[in-house]
Amino acid sequence: MTSQDFIQILLFFALLIGLTPAIGNYMSKVFLGQKHFMLPVFGWLEELTYKFIGVNPEEETNWKLYTFSLLQFNLIGFVFVFLIQLFQGYLPLNPANLPNVSWHSAFNTAVSFVTNTNWQGYSGETTLSYFVQMMGLTVQNFVSAATGIAVLIALIKGLSRKTTDQLGNFWADITRSTLYVLLPLSIIFAVVLVGQGVVQNFKTYETVQTLQGATQVIPMGPAASQIAIKQIGTNGGGFFNANSAHPFENPTPISNFLEMLFILLIPAALTYTYGKMVGSTRQGWTIFTAMMILLIIGLSISLYAEYSTNPIFGNLHLMEGKETRFGITNSVLWSTATSAASNGSVNAMHDSLSALSGMVAMINLMLGEIIFGGVGAGLYGIVIFIILTVFIAGLMVGRTPEYLGKKIQKFEVQMAMIAVLAPNIVILLFAAWASVTASGLSSLNNAGPHGLSEILYAYASAAGNNGSAFAGLNANTVFYNLTIGIGMLIGRFGIIIPVMAIAGSMAQKKITPTSAGTFHTDNWLFIGLLIGVILIVGGLTHFPALALGPIAEHLLMKNGITF
Amino acid sequence: MKTLIVSLKIFLFFTVLTGIVYPLLVTGIAHVAFPAKANGSLILRDNKIIGSELIGQQFDSTIYFTSRPSAVSYNPLPSGGSNYGLTNIKLKNLVSERRHQFIAFNQLDSLTEIPSEMLFASASGLDPHISPKAALLQLERVVKTRHFDESKKQQLLNSINELSEPPQLSLLGEHRINVLLLNLKLDEIK
Repeated sequence: MTSQDFIQILLFFALLIGLTPAIGNYMSKVFLGQKHFMLPVFGWLEELTYKFIGVNPEEETNWKLYTFSLLQFNLIGFVFVFLIQLFQGYLPLNPANLPNVSWHSAFNTAVSFVTNTNWQGYSGETTLSYFVQMMGLTVQNFVSAATGIAVLIALIKGLSRKTTDQLGNFWADITRSTLYVLLPLSIIFAVVLVGQGVVQNFKTYETVQTLQGATQVIPMGPAASQIAIKQIGTNGGGFFNANSAHPFENPTPISNFLEMLFILLIPAALTYTYGKMVGSTRQGWTIFTAMMILLIIGLSISLYAEYSTNPIFGNLHLMEGKETRFGITNSVLWSTATSAASNGSVNAMHDSLSALSGMVAMINLMLGEIIFGGVGAGLYGIVIFIILTVFIAGLMVGRTPEYLGKKIQKFEVQMAMIAVLAPNIVILLFAAWASVTASGLSSLNNAGPHGLSEILYAYASAAGNNGSAFAGLNANTVFYNLTIGIGMLIGRFGIIIPVMAIAGSMAQKKITPTSAGTFHTDNWLFIGLLIGVILIVGGLTHFPALALGPIAEHLLMKNGITF
Repeated sequence: MKTLIVSLKIFLFFTVLTGIVYPLLVTGIAHVAFPAKANGSLILRDNKIIGSELIGQQFDSTIYFTSRPSAVSYNPLPSGGSNYGLTNIKLKNLVSERRHQFIAFNQLDSLTEIPSEMLFASASGLDPHISPKAALLQLERVVKTRHFDESKKQQLLNSINELSEPPQLSLLGEHRINVLLLNLKLDEIK
């Protein structure tokens, strides 16, 4: 690594830390219904939305109705995206004349984009028409992100209110997050991306005669508008198969830097919003710090692994599956950020990362997507771990556990355990199933322990709603499309429903004033405990599988063994 | 029932807003501000489109600078990498083959250190760049096959220097040179 590499990393984190309170503060104004500078711009659009749907945004609901609205809205999104793929051949804006998508791929993709996973078993440029990409996928890029933020806002209301069952209005929450957060940022960012070279048009694919006289068909499309929200909303589903490694999707180091920053920006800023809304920015910074420490540990291991020499390739820079313009440092920074943030876009092929680098990405998924995590999702995910931490700390000192003045009781701990277990069950059971059946094994691209890593990564990605892949695995089969699809549903709603139940139960509790005996959740001791609980839960669950996959591969690679 | 109607209505509203209005708005602004880029940074020569500045092309002829290995042979439908893990024997064999090939093709000393991007396939399969060092290693071979004299060789060397891009803002990314642009320049040297 050179000093230039370190400066890029430092600049990245400096901007991230600097922008967190700015954007976080703005979002807290949006969700607290205070005055902010976007109101004069899009306020009329918000009012128009409520008028059109016939809803009073002040009318609040309890957690059950909030969750029911959310599920129904997501179900409609699923049905729509599923159907337009099945019939895309008959629909407009299909200049490449792409045929209808198979039912199992359409199912997988529809689930994937509705759950904010954006796992892609298909290749965009050879599978989906502009119509499906825009009207189906771009829309879900927005509303799935808005759904994640809405759940978080409801949870915050549950934590900060007392003796009520009202958690807000789902329609108002998704409208505000779309109109005031996601849409304005996307418009600006999409235009900046085109300025760097990202395509944005509705032309037919361009057939050209290359300099050497060969024929090359260059895909086109409304890419920039989708890529902007794909980065901002921790979606990650590429317009093209190579995702942000594709020169049309991420043409320059500047576009790369910005796309990478947007992977983490909203999830990071939401920690500040959280602090602001629960009445103590220290609480937000505590969470931010715990996340940041985990991120930097992962990044350090990953960089070390990628820059190490090994007996197979000697001191060659490991450029397999990486782009010249980005080099190793920017590829590793991206792979760590995208796996931590449940974004899942890639600018290098994770399948070709060195064993330990790939493992860091995999662990980021397996820990439950709580190192910044998905927009909204990362934060409500880490609140689950906070509940476990105060519970365990409470057991150790023999006091009733409390968080933000609210007693943590049996029900909350039960719900938290469901939310922790649901994604882990998906990872372990489905990966075990796939690794012993012909339909699972026939999709592998690599032999030896790396093959197991491909399977493990796929289900970890599904369960964490991440969407990145060890892409050698041919996942566009009935077996993988269905199991990964089900995995994504469990990984999304298996957490959202218990989180909403916790929000509902917390809202009804009284707030105990702070006393000398209060266990503080905004100091370094708590950060240490929280990180400890996250690593112990993740470690106990996944170490055996990791030992057979990436760890075994690393040890074999160090001895020059290939498969 | 009421929530179902609200769900349908708001879904319709957001589909129109984020699925139609937003992409069209971005397209509109982009085509005013950056029309060439929005349309794919296409390159014209003799009034014919010969490719995109951003999409690499396969170069294996001795009269051109070669581009990086590609898992999709620079066919963009679809893009992608090899996805070989580092313990995959195929990758090990490919790297050693490519090394021998590059050395033989450019008549280099067998101990020459080859820039690693010329031995490993890119992520997109369409990487338009190589390192300036990899271009310089091919210079003598191109000069020889094109029968360039000393002044033309100097012109070519100047072109390599001009087209070499430093990290953006002298900070971000890597040193690189666009192979297609370099080969176009090469064709112009007469």
